[in-house]
Amino acid sequence: MNSSVKLKETAPWIVLILIFSLVPVLNTSDYQLTLANHMLVWGLFAVSFNMLFGQTGMLSFGQALYYGLGAYFTGMLVDRIGPEWFLPGMGMGIIAAGLLALAIGPLTIRVTGVYFTVLTLAFAQLAWGITFKWYEFTGGDDGIQGILPPGILNDPVVYYYFTLALVLASIWFLRRIAHSPFGLTLRCIRQNPERVRFLGRRVRRNQLGIYIISGVFAALAGGLVAGVDNSIHTDMFFWTTSGEVILMSVLGGIGQFFGPFLGAGLIILIEDVVGAYTEYWSFIIGAIMLVMVILFPMGVLGEIQKLRARMKGRHAKREITGEGELGTDPRTR
Amino acid sequence: MEPILVLDKVDKAFGGLHVTDNVSFTVNRGELSAIIGPNGAGKTTLFNLITGYLRPESGTIRFKGEDIVGLRTQKIVARGIGRSFQITSVFPEETVLNNIRISSLSRLKQTTNFVRPAHRFRRATDAAHHILDSLGLTGQAERPAFELAHGDQKLLDIGVALALEPELILMDEPTAGMSPEERVLTRELIRKLWKEYNLTMVFIEHDMDMVFGIAQVVRVLQQGALLVEGTPDEIRNNKEVITAYLGEEL
Repeated sequence: MNSSVKLKETAPWIVLILIFSLVPVLNTSDYQLTLANHMLVWGLFAVSFNMLFGQTGMLSFGQALYYGLGAYFTGMLVDRIGPEWFLPGMGMGIIAAGLLALAIGPLTIRVTGVYFTVLTLAFAQLAWGITFKWYEFTGGDDGIQGILPPGILNDPVVYYYFTLALVLASIWFLRRIAHSPFGLTLRCIRQNPERVRFLGRRVRRNQLGIYIISGVFAALAGGLVAGVDNSIHTDMFFWTTSGEVILMSVLGGIGQFFGPFLGAGLIILIEDVVGAYTEYWSFIIGAIMLVMVILFPMGVLGEIQKLRARMKGRHAKREITGEGELGTDPRTR
Repeated sequence: MEPILVLDKVDKAFGGLHVTDNVSFTVNRGELSAIIGPNGAGKTTLFNLITGYLRPESGTIRFKGEDIVGLRTQKIVARGIGRSFQITSVFPEETVLNNIRISSLSRLKQTTNFVRPAHRFRRATDAAHHILDSLGLTGQAERPAFELAHGDQKLLDIGVALALEPELILMDEPTAGMSPEERVLTRELIRKLWKEYNLTMVFIEHDMDMVFGIAQVVRVLQQGALLVEGTPDEIRNNKEVITAYLGEEL
């Protein structure tokens, strides 16, 4: 690896760590700290989702299932037993998500394209329905409040750094996957699954693998958010949650590894800034998405990369490959 | 001569139409052979049957002595059969190097590794560079495959199959859509690869210069059935072939 590639690889990390580790130091309010926390957690959720969508070409509309599962395992164990069950609950939520993905995956992966999308949606909605109706067990529509992390984690700043560390470590791990032979196989599956079979590799087994990994990290994001908000709600399982993570990814750029992370930050920021003036903030997000999809289909980060490639006088590469990345126009996929 | 691929009374029908009609033949190890026949004669179907993409209704297909009928494509490929496609089938967004690299990684059974960057796998990368060199694509290694000219994409497709280091390679119209100059180059390239990699090759082709120029054995398919097989000279002078397919001028 030459030095310019090395720089390209480390630059986003330096920016990420610098910005996010400084948040609590700069005289921020509790509210702003929560906002930064949300950006981190949703960023992880979006990046894990994009391992399925941008990398492998599987548009899941049901990642809320795993996000909600992670949150509910953490929240309910703390609620029923006590704060000391916060971390074990998070761990159990992650394991449960992995097992559930292992069980559901073979069913959803049997079908492709829009059928996969609808099936994942159906499973997530099923979980939402159960959580919503089973009032005695889950608290139903009321959700669960007062979920406090144990010990020093109860301090917002400490919890923030806890989240930051876990999110960065997770994203680093997912980044490793994206560049690994397994990650390359996944990209190849997106582009030409038939040919992958003719390389002697099993398409569905690889798809199942990334489906499980994606679910596990969604559950981690869900568990973390329970500690940020100190509450959980059935909406975490709802299709709008799955939809939001899709919007974030498309806005940031699904052909870019860090695109969804940026998209998550932007959407949370827009919600916050516009939400201060009007309750119609979703209208603004809708308008922005419309413009993005029509004019800048590669997403914010994708278009920036395209611009940079142009300025260097090169043809805008479609990359997500080993060295640097960029996606195709996702509309034509 | 050691047989590597033996088809025995292989039959495949779609509805009432026999696309492969009782086909039997033996491909010997190290052989460079061609399959010819008019459009719709069932040439590609035959490749699909051999690679497990389709399953024959009856008959056996033996590869290295073992029946491979009913095995999944992945398994058959893993046993040593590689294939290139009539309609170019590569990974368009990946670089040329990555297209070959994924194939080399697959051969080395390293595609399940999910922590080390793919470009750090030295053996796979070296093997990929070697293949690119053989194909004359080294200069294009870092370009995404979709940017390549059609002819180069066809070569890349062959390269992807080659990187599996198969014992038998099936090529479906390797020169389809190429210019006459490219065809000549490709013909020589295939002959060179055949020697260099000690391969057994079967190719489907409409370009008769290529068929009669490099093939040791030619098999003629007509309406799903094997009409005749023989050396290029035998085929060229065969009355049935002339009336059925080649026309009077040969």
